[in-house]
Amino acid sequence: MRRLLQHPSLAFGLGATLLFVIAGLASLVWTPYPIEQINVARRFLGPSPEHWLGTDNLGRDMLALVMSGTFTSFRIAALSVLIGAGIGVPLGLAAAVWGGAVEWVVLRLTDFMFAFPAVIVAILIATLLGPGDANAVIAIGIFNIPVFARVARGGAMSINTLDFVAAARLAGLGNAAIALRHLLPNITSLIIVQGTIQLSLGILAEAGLSYIGLGTQPPATSLGLMLRDAQGMFLVHPWLTIVPGLAIVFIVIALNLAGDGLRDALDPRLRQGTNDVLA
Amino acid sequence: MTAFIIRRLIGFAVTLFLAAAAIFAVLNVLPGDPAQFTLGLNASPRAVEQLRAQMGLDRPALERFFEWVFGMLHGDFGQSYTQRAPVAKLIWERVGVTIPLALMAMVISAAVGLPLGILAARRRGKPLDTMLMVLAQTGIAIPNFWFGMMLTLVFAVGLRWLPPGGFTPWQENPGLAFRSLILPSLALALPQASILARVMRTALVDVTGQDFIRTARAKGLTLGEAVWRHGVRNALLPVLTIMGLQFAFLIAGTIIVENVFYLPGLGRLIYTAVSERDLVLVQGATIILVLAVTATMLVTDLAYALVDPRLRERVAP
Repeated sequence: MRRLLQHPSLAFGLGATLLFVIAGLASLVWTPYPIEQINVARRFLGPSPEHWLGTDNLGRDMLALVMSGTFTSFRIAALSVLIGAGIGVPLGLAAAVWGGAVEWVVLRLTDFMFAFPAVIVAILIATLLGPGDANAVIAIGIFNIPVFARVARGGAMSINTLDFVAAARLAGLGNAAIALRHLLPNITSLIIVQGTIQLSLGILAEAGLSYIGLGTQPPATSLGLMLRDAQGMFLVHPWLTIVPGLAIVFIVIALNLAGDGLRDALDPRLRQGTNDVLA
Repeated sequence: MTAFIIRRLIGFAVTLFLAAAAIFAVLNVLPGDPAQFTLGLNASPRAVEQLRAQMGLDRPALERFFEWVFGMLHGDFGQSYTQRAPVAKLIWERVGVTIPLALMAMVISAAVGLPLGILAARRRGKPLDTMLMVLAQTGIAIPNFWFGMMLTLVFAVGLRWLPPGGFTPWQENPGLAFRSLILPSLALALPQASILARVMRTALVDVTGQDFIRTARAKGLTLGEAVWRHGVRNALLPVLTIMGLQFAFLIAGTIIVENVFYLPGLGRLIYTAVSERDLVLVQGATIILVLAVTATMLVTDLAYALVDPRLRERVAP
């Protein structure tokens, strides 16, 4: 806790992220108005005491939509981080411990996967299965795999040379056991930091995919889908795009601050920021 | 050096071949029957069978795959069965929007990001640095397509300086074509410029602490001269890698941003192909995108080796 307070950006980032997560989770049990409640008489309202963020073209409460959309965006981004870390980290660890042919294969595989931006994967899956949020999860998840594989391999390699790993090897531990018991615990902080960054990239990617119609589909709602719905009328009713757009910006800033802060707090040696954004 | 180039070229060809195989495999496990889909549910089985034969779908997948790959080597990407035109022609018509757009975005991003990054590094720890990095942090968080919408509101609707959307072909009116790409390229460039500024700053700060800067100072250069002559050039190496990656992502990013400005680029083509399940067209368009991405990475690697001799010696066997 004290460490947390020494890093104001971490405290702020985590706090703001938590607020959005809570708002999203709350939408599961309560929203100011039901999301499906269409009331054409009350459409295009500005912010007011009844509707804090106004209403959309169908008279739906924007605050309710943003809460529910935030949940969808977080869910999709989090699931794709799980896919990326779940497959990428074991790959990276395997490359670091076994080296040789295993490492070569993993490295070529990650190179290969970098050639497929999330949009391309999403296009392929959408042709196959039709658009949907599973599509977005898989596309962003696949994009995340090589990122985690690289981070895990890099981190594990620097630890692999340390004395206690050599000692474990002398004690007769196999490669898998070393990876699991000694390397993995020592790269957890790296993985968490990368996970935060990928979470924010995932939120952006979900927005992009849903916006072009390859991600979340109605009647579900996400921040990207709200922007898609507003596309046809944003010149006349800009409010409908400003609200979900700003929500995305705030969430991503919060996550990035949390990520930078975590990096500084967990391991000051890692101070450096070169995260790439996927298109 | 030659060995390095040859190795990279082979790697490039292998990647493309595997990508083609992956794309083909994914699209050909498709559950639906494209012939049935084209003709609708009420089509007679005989008509569907005929169309299948016409599309070549009755032949083994492996045969069709190699036919596709060899065709592409000759510039023949197959025939789109929804648009009834060669895929290569359809793609070629759209590339005239997508590639200039990505290039303009890259130029803007470098022209804005690099100087700001250098400025921030030179004023490290000062208010200007903090301000620039806060701006960069915000720029990274803004979805490019949403930024495009906001730009339209300000510059097309509010100030009426630029068209809100649509595209005039280059051959009809190059000036207007250029003007309609300004806002989209600005939208694409913002997050990339923010990233570049951050990378440039970090790289320059790292380099400034190194011995050769101290040596340059010792021989009488001011810090500014030393950083400019020796620092920036060395700091550009990591920046170059990021720029290569960025260009690849810019090409993919145009697909989304095109949508905001109603530009007839690759994105629109792909989108109709997906909704009409035009497999040949999706195949062709995706492999073109992968080609663009891998080619960019190849060029980056080669440029890197050209700039940094250490690298090519280490990589060459």
